[in-house]
This record gives sequence, C-alpha cells and structure tokens, in this order.
Amino acid sequence: MKSTRRIALLVVPATVFVALVFLVPMLRLGWLSVTSPAPGAGNYTKIFSDGISVPIIWRTLRMAITVTVVTLLCGYPYAYLMTVVSARWRAVLLAIVLMPFWTSLMARNFAWVVLFQDNGPLHSALSAIGLGSVHPLGTATGVTIAMAQVMLPFMVLPLYSNLKSIDRRLLSAAHSLGARPLVAFGRVYVPLSLPGVAAGMTMVAILSLGFYITPALVGSPQQSMIAQLIASKVQQVLDFGGGGALSFVLLAVALVLLALVGRVARPTTMIAGGGES
Amino acid sequence: MNALKKVPLRLFGLLVALWLIVPTLIVIPLSFTDRNSFAFPPPGWSLTYYQRFFTDPQWFGALLNSVQLALMVTVLATVLGVAASFALVRSRFFGRGLANGALMAPMMVPGIIVAIAVYTAFLGWHLVGTVQGYVLAHTILALPFVIVSVTASLRTFDRRLEQAAANLGAGPLATFRQVTLPLLLPGIASGAVFAFVTSFDEVVVSLFIQSPALQTLPVKMFTSVTNEIDPTIGAASSLIVVFTTLLVLIPQLVRRSNAN
Repeated sequence: MKSTRRIALLVVPATVFVALVFLVPMLRLGWLSVTSPAPGAGNYTKIFSDGISVPIIWRTLRMAITVTVVTLLCGYPYAYLMTVVSARWRAVLLAIVLMPFWTSLMARNFAWVVLFQDNGPLHSALSAIGLGSVHPLGTATGVTIAMAQVMLPFMVLPLYSNLKSIDRRLLSAAHSLGARPLVAFGRVYVPLSLPGVAAGMTMVAILSLGFYITPALVGSPQQSMIAQLIASKVQQVLDFGGGGALSFVLLAVALVLLALVGRVARPTTMIAGGGES
Repeated sequence: MNALKKVPLRLFGLLVALWLIVPTLIVIPLSFTDRNSFAFPPPGWSLTYYQRFFTDPQWFGALLNSVQLALMVTVLATVLGVAASFALVRSRFFGRGLANGALMAPMMVPGIIVAIAVYTAFLGWHLVGTVQGYVLAHTILALPFVIVSVTASLRTFDRRLEQAAANLGAGPLATFRQVTLPLLLPGIASGAVFAFVTSFDEVVVSLFIQSPALQTLPVKMFTSVTNEIDPTIGAASSLIVVFTTLLVLIPQLVRRSNAN
C-alpha cells in the first residue's frame, strides 16, 4: 500500500538525527581507540598491562553484582507485596517506587552525601544506639547503599509486571496436592517469576556498570570505578584513545553480562532443573 | 492467621519504601538551614539559601539555562519522536528493527560512554559549551522516552475511529487533527514530560560538554558538592523535587477530575 510506505518515511528524521549525534560519535570514538596516539591495539593492550585498569574493572564488576543482588533481595519482597495488597495500597507502593524517576538524580545523590557525612544524621543515630564510628562516606558500603537505592525501581518495575501476571490459583493447586506453603512457593511461584528476575537483574547490572555520579560523589578516588577512570582519562589527560578503548571494554563487559544473565535465568531451563532435584 | 503471617512482609515493604523516599525528603529541612554547612538536622532556620538561589546569577542563571534547554529539547524530541512512532507502529518496512534499535540505543548504552563519545565529537565540531550542543545531546537521550510512550498509545489505538471519520467525509488531515491527535494526546503529553525531565535532570553528558559560561543546574549542583560546600544546593534540590513532582502529578489530577 502506498500510504504505509509514505508513513515509513516519518522514521527518517529521527533516525538521521540519532545517527549523526550518537552513532557517528560512537564510531569516531572507536576509530580514535585504535588510531590515537598511535595506530594499532596499543590502547587495548595497555588496559591489561597498566596495573590500574584491570583492578578497577574487577571492582566495578563486583560493585555491579553486589548492587544487583541487594536490589533483588529488597525488590522481590516489595514487588510481591504489591501483588497481594489492596488496589489503594498498590497505588501508593507504585507511586513510591516511581518517585525516583522524577526526583532529580543530583538531589538524591546530594541527600546521600548529607546522610553519610561525619557527624551526619546516620552517624548520630547509630552512635545513639552504641554503634558509633560509622563512616560510610567514601567507602564501598556507602556507594552500594546509595546505588542500590537509585537502582531499586529498575528492579521492582519489571519484577512487578511479571509477578502480577502469575496465576495465584497455581499456589492453591500446589497446596491441595499436599505441598507445604514454602515448598509451593519455591517450586511453583519462584520459577514462574524468573523472567521478571532476569529482566530486573539485567537492567540493574547494566546500568550499575556505567554509574558515574554516585561513585564520584559518595565514593572516594581510591575506590574509583571504571566510569571515573574513563572520565579522568578524557578530561584530565586528554587521552581520548585510552578513554575510548576503556569505553568499548565496558560495553563488551556489559554485553557479556547481558548474555550471562539471559542464559542463567532462562525460565524453561530453570523449571526443568527444579523438577529434577 | 493468614494476616499475621503477612506482618513481616509488610514491615519489610515499609522499610524498603522508607529507604526509597526518606533520603530524598531530608533535602527539604536542610534547605532552610542558617549555617554555611550541610549539618543535619540544621541548628537554626532561615531562608538565606532560597534568597541566594534566586539572586546569585550563577545559580539562577543555571536554572534559566536548564529550563530553556529543556523546553527546546521537549519540542525537538516530541516532534521527532511522534513522527518516528507513527512509522514504527503503522508501517512495515525494511530495516524497521534496526531503526528501532538505533533510536533506543542511547538509553541502553552506559551514560559515561555516551558522554565521552559526544564530548570528543563535539570538540571537533565546536559544539562544546553551546546551546546547540546541549540541545542535540539531550535530545538523543530524551527521544527513547517519547518513542516508548507514544508507540504504546499507538498500539492500543482503535483505528476504526479513523475509518469512521473518513467514512463520514473527513479528509486525511481533518481526521488526523480531529480524531487521531486528540486521542493520542495523553501518550504524547507523558512522553513530552519525560523528555523535559530527562533534559532538566541530565548530569553526566552535561558535565563534559559544559563550559563555565554555559552551565546547567545539575552541573552547578555537582560542582557545589565536589568543589565547595555550598548549602544553596539544598534549596535547589528542594525546589526541583517539588517542581517535578507537581509536573508529574498535575496531569494525573486533571485526568481524574475530567473522569469525574
């Protein structure tokens, strides 16, 4: 049909725009990573030999995995609670989880700096109950708590949209067939929720890998993550090739993680595995 | 019995909810401090930092820059995004998946990578620290939100309404203006709000393409935490939290009162 072909043309302006402002710069960065300062793979081999980059990449991976696990442990019960409460409470819980999407990222990170500072509210609250001398600002724990809070919505939302589609009558069926509540939950409900778990974990892990603002504000230079390393290479030493190479390594790590999560949490294999044990 | 068993779950949910909202809310009392520090709770109260926010040319200028840029980004991203959404939902063409992937990519790629790719390119194109540079960079980040929102409402759109309008003698343009557009308006509006908030709140890319002469509010906030301890950021944070909350809630309230 002629009119649908004309409608197809409407995608051209946006696509050309993104190609020019995003894809061309990405290709340019890739080109710089193999040509500047000298042609070849020097920038990439340097990452593995400079003794700084590899530990930072590991630290970033560890942090991303920790944040993913923390958000899963806190987000799963929360998303589950959303499916069992009344409609009114569900709306309240949903609004609370959506709030970070419109409250400024800078405001939230600033709030963590205030909470974590020495003699700050957290410090005085903990010393009041005899747990003084807590200094989360500038530590990995502090960064984990702040990052997990920022990432929680990205775990809860995909989980909730999955959990609400699970037919709870399956749990009653398991009960009537003699399964104890916890067994029914573990064998029936959890496997059915795995697509949501996988979606949430993927989102959180990928976003955490590239986090820049929270580690820069709440963390410390000694605990820096890959995004800070890339930023300092580009901004302070104007090493565009090196920064570009690190960016593509980060992108590759993200893609590997994506593939791994997709593999581990594929629902069909998990159901089959659960049945055998 | 069953209700009792749910108590731990509810308590846990409450704790998570507090963890999500309380840290953001502490910026509000902090903004009324009378000290030149982030001491919390504030030892005394004053409006000093609100006054400074609205009179200091650096802070107020940054706010004006951010609002202007966000408005330009909203218009550009909404126009490009609505057009692209029609093509993506209403026609089948070669390379449709590819176009969709390219349009969504800036949302998926880690922010720091987008930032340095755009920064290195903009250095060569003399766009660093310019209005055009900010608008271009923020628009690629805002486009995915418009497309997600508008394609979602296009997919649930009942096309028989357009056929009915055509049968009743409306031309294509009249059908579009009087039937299609009004019905899509909620989707377009929420996409536009997200585009505005995306640009208004953007820090990572802006930190790279900023110049001392042209700073946005989030950039000014970032430097006020890292380089100096300036409590004006508390006033700025509180104003943003209240403003964006209203921006998101007002359409909901209007829709509800319309429904009544």
